Amino acid sequence: MKFTLGWLKQHLDTGADADAVSEKLTAVGLEVEGVTDRARDLAPFIVAHVREASRHPNADKLQVCMVDTGTEVLQVVCGAPNARAGMKGVFAPSGTTIPATGLVLKTAAIRGVESNGMLCSERELGLGTDHNGIIELADDAPIGAPFAQVMGLDDPVIEIAITPNRQDCLGVHGVARDLAAAGLGTLKPLKPVTVPGRFKSPIGVALGLGDDAAACPLFVGRHVRGVKNGPSPAWLQDKLKAIGLRPISTLVDITNWFTFDRARPLHVFDADKVSGTIRARLAQPGEKLLALNGNEYTLTGDETVIADDSAALGLGGVIGGESTGVSDGTVNVFIEAALFDPIRTARTGRRHGIDSDARYRFERGVDPEAVFSGMEAATQMVLDLCGGEASELVVAGDVPEWKRDIPFRPERVQALAGLAIDESEATKILQALGFQVDADAMDYIKIPALKVSVPSWRRDVHGEADLVEEVARIKGFDAIPAVPLTRDTVVARPAVTPEQARRARAKRLLADRGLMECVTWSFLPRSHAELFGGGQVALRLANPISADLDTMRPSMLPNLIAAAGRNADRGFGSVALFEVGPQYAGDAPEDQALVAAGLRRGQTGARHWTAAPRDVDAFDVKGDVMALLADLGVPADKVQVVSGAADWYHPGRSGTVQLGPKTILARFGDIHPRVLAAMDVKGPLVAFEVFLDAVPKAKAKTSRSRGTLRASDLPAVERDFAFVVDASVAAGDLVRAARGADKLLIEDARVFDVFAGGSLGEGRKSLALSIRLQPTERTLTDDEIAAVAQKVIAAVTKATGAALRS
Amino acid sequence: MQDLNSLETELLAAVGSAQDLAALDAVRVAALGKKGSVTELLKGLGALSPDERRGAGAAINLLKDKIGGAIDARKAALDARLASERIDVTLPARPEGEGRLHPVSQVMDEILAIFAEMGFTLAEGPDIEDDWHNFTALNIPPEHPARQMHDTFYLEGEEGTRKVLRTHTSPVQIRSMMAGKPPFRLIVPGRTYRSDSDQTHTPMFHQVEGLVIDRNIHMGHLKGCLLEFVRAFFEIDDLKIRLRPSHFPFTEPSAEVDIGCSRQGGELKIGAGSDWLEILGCGMVHPKVLQNCGLDPAEWQGFAFGMGIDRIAMLKYGIPDLRAFFDSDLRWLRHYGFGALDVPTVAAGLAR
Repeated sequence: MKFTLGWLKQHLDTGADADAVSEKLTAVGLEVEGVTDRARDLAPFIVAHVREASRHPNADKLQVCMVDTGTEVLQVVCGAPNARAGMKGVFAPSGTTIPATGLVLKTAAIRGVESNGMLCSERELGLGTDHNGIIELADDAPIGAPFAQVMGLDDPVIEIAITPNRQDCLGVHGVARDLAAAGLGTLKPLKPVTVPGRFKSPIGVALGLGDDAAACPLFVGRHVRGVKNGPSPAWLQDKLKAIGLRPISTLVDITNWFTFDRARPLHVFDADKVSGTIRARLAQPGEKLLALNGNEYTLTGDETVIADDSAALGLGGVIGGESTGVSDGTVNVFIEAALFDPIRTARTGRRHGIDSDARYRFERGVDPEAVFSGMEAATQMVLDLCGGEASELVVAGDVPEWKRDIPFRPERVQALAGLAIDESEATKILQALGFQVDADAMDYIKIPALKVSVPSWRRDVHGEADLVEEVARIKGFDAIPAVPLTRDTVVARPAVTPEQARRARAKRLLADRGLMECVTWSFLPRSHAELFGGGQVALRLANPISADLDTMRPSMLPNLIAAAGRNADRGFGSVALFEVGPQYAGDAPEDQALVAAGLRRGQTGARHWTAAPRDVDAFDVKGDVMALLADLGVPADKVQVVSGAADWYHPGRSGTVQLGPKTILARFGDIHPRVLAAMDVKGPLVAFEVFLDAVPKAKAKTSRSRGTLRASDLPAVERDFAFVVDASVAAGDLVRAARGADKLLIEDARVFDVFAGGSLGEGRKSLALSIRLQPTERTLTDDEIAAVAQKVIAAVTKATGAALRS
Repeated sequence: MQDLNSLETELLAAVGSAQDLAALDAVRVAALGKKGSVTELLKGLGALSPDERRGAGAAINLLKDKIGGAIDARKAALDARLASERIDVTLPARPEGEGRLHPVSQVMDEILAIFAEMGFTLAEGPDIEDDWHNFTALNIPPEHPARQMHDTFYLEGEEGTRKVLRTHTSPVQIRSMMAGKPPFRLIVPGRTYRSDSDQTHTPMFHQVEGLVIDRNIHMGHLKGCLLEFVRAFFEIDDLKIRLRPSHFPFTEPSAEVDIGCSRQGGELKIGAGSDWLEILGCGMVHPKVLQNCGLDPAEWQGFAFGMGIDRIAMLKYGIPDLRAFFDSDLRWLRHYGFGALDVPTVAAGLAR
């Protein structure tokens, strides 16, 4: 919403300048987005008189002018064809910055003749595109006067942002009311106007909405005959131009004036182009309308149209139609002032993509009491500017009920807004905003309260909290003291649950292991989703920002793989990336899972002089998974690692970490070559997914005690075995069998070598196992050690069919 | 003199087997030190007759010289070996991982650390929301202009029941208030989505929501809470804030909050100068929102605020482009990321 300071002062009696007005506007909640003060920008440019103009001695197209600036006479070289002795123009002295170019004028010799300043064109001043010649001012323009002032450009333009609740400030009068309430001046009341009707309108109005009467509850019209349309007066054109509107004709400019001055959109029809009665009705499906913007719209049947007996003439509250638009030749005009339902207006505008000043106001709700007053004032302005004779009003419908009273306890301003204010001041503020305040307690509620009646233009005020806001914002939020938010306990308690805490740790653990944390989109291309078991209809976006961000991610891996690909393209082929975030199996809240996913691509590190790096493999990411699970408190001896994972993993080079048969904690391994090929990312690429929600909750601990350390002083004994097994035997099974051979003595069992081929023959492999025995009571004898070794061999043989390698 | 011979053999063997200077010195002390075996023999000479003393003394001194000479020779040999074991210490150490935390995670941890000090606890909710939680319960009825302002992403589905990607973290207010009992003091970081994409907008971004509901909480507390937060977060003790009246359907009164800054010379500097920079929206929770969650507005009231995490991360750490947050460019992650050990705490300082 734009207006000029001068326009504001037509409604507000104040001596405040643009800066003071801006500051107060922002303070009351009408945020200033910008102030354009052309007088300030154009300050150096003054009116000057060209006393003499003669041909430049060295250039055909240049003239040497003697220019009177009011204080001195300067020699100026000018190339404009219209520069001539006796004219008045706009002069910029040396040192001036030219708005259009940003260049600073310097005194310089042009083709050997000194030039002190410049006579300017419209384009050079940023006022237009005309560069055919210099600006010519009226003969009576005072020499030496600021150009902006002479041209009426010295009225600062203020632009404010209006929040959707404040339609009343979509007119300058409403803005002035807020400022007056905040003490910046006195609101000039609107003069009530009543134009007597001289004849009966030949055009009637009607409402034909049936059950949809709310679409247009009130339609008022008036015929004005014998008008003379044409360009509007300069003061009106200047105001409209200042706020960026193009003057069209007096009649149209008047409607625009009321839109911005009173937030009261109006429409004018060329009455001679209307046949029969004008009525508001719903559109017929398929009905066409050629609108004033030159576009033809095919209507759906949901829109409110203004129609005569033959056709739709306009979209109610949104845009008028071409067929009945006024022109310079218009003699008889029909003025419309109506009310349109905000919701339907918004829907119509959205559906057809029409943004208009009328729609902007009607969809926020126009003051229902301003229909008649707006019509009367507009009629008066038409008569004043275009002449003619006004008919009686034609009216269909009624002003809808808008009156409401709110009980208001002034002490709530302190209780809710934290702002100390007494009842009389609160009352004064509300009254200044147009609320009626009745000091008598409202009888029907048990608490003592003022009765506050809401004015017709404040559709947004419904409850006591709204009134608190009105008082507080006008008093000013700066007056609210900052009060410390005290805490129940002196020492802060944890802000997170154990599950939330371990998730934060997961990120730091993975970063510590050398992985870079990424944050990638929650959505991805559907083709990627489908590679990872997703892409179902329920997870597709109906209105994606682009085709490659159209589906919610079923896994985080595709985005990470794509990220690895992008980094490889930039020359970083070896990366380790992770993300801790959501993935989606469906659109219900419980379908969202929190996952820590990561990948390693390329080689294990940079080349180094001690050892060459190797390609990443599944055991790198298994390490990440196991370290993470250990940190999350999952006991390593409780999990099983089984071969194979989801479809997007290499079937032979991937694993699933389970807690029992049902709970899947993690998956890891090589990504399936088919998936990498489809995503156009090259391997080696190994990845993991840890399902944080599946990790059992930490048990609520009653004590943080770790128990006493029982470390044996007796020496531990290590024994190594080599077992030959079938190639399909899982090392994990062998280790588990060995451990189980003597749970008391065997402290650890681990595979330290794997060997296949050679003398073992096809389909066999050798697993080297190291067992650590820890006695607790006395040192083991050789016989005891041998006995345990035999138990290990027996258990392993029984479980896996292994043979001890001789 | 059998003793001396075996002692000599023993000591020379010890000298010969000393693998480094420390071991050699231990051998020296054991033989020639104050209480060394050879020294003890010399001390024992006083008890002998002059004749015996002469003979034994000469033998022991000979042994002493021999051992001393052997030690010197061994020392020289060891020095030469160490010299030959010299390495080039300017060669690089073995490569290590270079993991970093994303600035969004770090700033979320910073925010949590500060609000934990004010007694807040962390709450969360789903990204895919229903219309009721995202809009209706927050006093944004269908066709309300605010719904259009939000540029909502919709999932495929029937009009009316189709899900939305939450446009703000505010639906978690609703879920938390419905699931729990007042008083509430919650901080809610999370992903949010709006159909918007340009230099300063991405279709996904991060927001943090705060909610305080109690019996006597008013806007003064809101101001106090936010003042503490911005000063702690930006680490500027005298940072100024300004509340400006604004409008959100779910708060009444509503405000936008600016922090003091300077834009002199085109450079944004927080805390200096006389300009203002908007950083968040807030207000007193609308009575209708409380009612929608089953709370009696006559008994309970409080404030809520919402703030862009990415944006305050950009402001604090001078990150120029929002879109780069989501591009996973290794160079960007290295430059703007944080070390795993940089756990922000109020006690140790939020950032370094």
